[in-house]
Amino acid sequence: MTTVTAARPTPAELSPSVGVGEGIKQTMTLAWRTIVQVRHNPWELGDYSIQPIMFVLLFTYVFGGAIAGSTSEYLTFALPGIIVMNMLFITMYVGTGLNTDLTKGVFDRLRSLPIARWAPMAGRILADQVKQAWSIFLLLAIGMALGFRIGTDVWSLLAAVGLLLVFALAFSWVSVLVGVVAKDPEKVQLFGFTALFPVTFVSNVFAPTSTMPGWLQPIVENNPVTILSNACRALMVGDDTLGTEWHVASATTPVVQSLIWAAAIAAVFAPLSVWALRRRV
Amino acid sequence: MTHAIEVSGLRKAFGDKVVLDGIDLDVQAGTVFSLLGPNGAGKTTTVNVLTTLLRADGGTVRVAGHDVAAEPKAVRRAIGVTGQFAAVDELLTGQENLQLMVDLSPVPAKDGKRIVAELLERFDLVESAQQAASTYSGGMRRKLDLAMTLVGSPRIIFLDEPTTGLDPRSRRTMWSIVRDLVADGVTIFLTTQYLDEADKLADRVAVLDQGRIVAQGTPGELKRRLPGTHVRLRFDSAGELDAAARVLPDATRDDESLALRVPSDGGTTSLRALLDRLDEYSLSAEEFSVHTPDLDDVFLALTGHATEVAAK
Repeated sequence: MTTVTAARPTPAELSPSVGVGEGIKQTMTLAWRTIVQVRHNPWELGDYSIQPIMFVLLFTYVFGGAIAGSTSEYLTFALPGIIVMNMLFITMYVGTGLNTDLTKGVFDRLRSLPIARWAPMAGRILADQVKQAWSIFLLLAIGMALGFRIGTDVWSLLAAVGLLLVFALAFSWVSVLVGVVAKDPEKVQLFGFTALFPVTFVSNVFAPTSTMPGWLQPIVENNPVTILSNACRALMVGDDTLGTEWHVASATTPVVQSLIWAAAIAAVFAPLSVWALRRRV
Repeated sequence: MTHAIEVSGLRKAFGDKVVLDGIDLDVQAGTVFSLLGPNGAGKTTTVNVLTTLLRADGGTVRVAGHDVAAEPKAVRRAIGVTGQFAAVDELLTGQENLQLMVDLSPVPAKDGKRIVAELLERFDLVESAQQAASTYSGGMRRKLDLAMTLVGSPRIIFLDEPTTGLDPRSRRTMWSIVRDLVADGVTIFLTTQYLDEADKLADRVAVLDQGRIVAQGTPGELKRRLPGTHVRLRFDSAGELDAAARVLPDATRDDESLALRVPSDGGTTSLRALLDRLDEYSLSAEEFSVHTPDLDDVFLALTGHATEVAAK
């Protein structure tokens, strides 16, 4: 490599801050990096692709008949909830990846570059959104192949996808915090399993709330996973298709509640994550 | 720019623990400066402050003419950092790692491909360019790590213990890479635990101990301050040791191992003189060895306490 000894700095090099345009380009580059990583990490690809398919097949054919009377009716109820659950699990990769960067020194390398300070985090979260969109598409496709039908229109479906992505964006900050606090990447995954499993299962993702004991019902009803699942059911399936026991009054209430939850989660965990990150590095 | 790095009164504490206790350094552009010290001396903390990764508690630090606290971005544009652990993305191939650095640098996209190809060639990584970095050996990771640092042609490069954990062959490769960089006019700030590394590479060496610079100078100046090279003679009996000690008044004796430490510069002339003198008095040593000072000797001499560095 030849070095130019007397290169005059260009005005861009002299400018003290990194422009927003440059920052966006750097974010895209770092998002690209996170997506390319998946190619060398078959486990992660399995988590986005094989695991959700497995969940759909398992619950539909093993429990579907017992819970809903028929597998196709159960799929109509369960698929939106499985999409929600899967979305939450995938956000854990934001924390795992961040933790890997922190422990391997890649994060420090990025910090020593003349790039926008927010680009590494924004790149991760953007990549997460791409992975989320892929996973939602995959689950809808497999669901439809097994008999799931969209009972509403394409705009409602897009609204559901948008709502899921917004919620993922907010929940990524929980993952970021875990990623910053955890000692190694395995601990982030461990958290994913030990904390997210109960939260997602104590909801109406797999079974209607009315079948649960009375003391559990208020917990389930107020679980944001339930609220977001209700919103997705209303937006994807609609009132008419769902039976009475699966009844969702209207899309408006759960959608608004989901957005409030997303805002609250982001408001708490984004500043907390940034604070924890400043302490760690 | 004659001063690449100017540090004065640098202080840093983590909680109650003072890590850097008033450090002054001056690194001339185009030279190799080595910060020598054992684990925990504060080497990495110094590098982190100088590379804008960590804020100092006190003192001023100017790198490439810019204050690190006031103009961190200008500093980042001038420097390249290779941290203590090879900071490569293990889930990307060698080529992808380099391409990532190109895309994040102000290098024009049209030059990117050429730069990546040149660096792979220069660091002998062409054959493994398409393999994930997780499959690389420690030496290859280090080379890729350094290649990534060079993408933006930085004028000042920080190397934090670049050869720790490398086998002797990889160490020599790393040394020759550093020499090539200096030949191109790059300034190198290098930390190491190994005196021989500082000796071989550096124009100036500063010895860091418990957050203070205890000595600074050229490797030659530093070594002159040491107890120095000496010859160790071991004898068969206490009688011979006594006789030899009388003949060699400069020597210090170690009765327990029946040995004498004779100060010497290690050169052939002085060694021959020593051997001739032993011959003259018909003395013969059971064992004869030349000791050159290592980091432990440096520390013992400069600080009065031993390092806790495990022998390499």
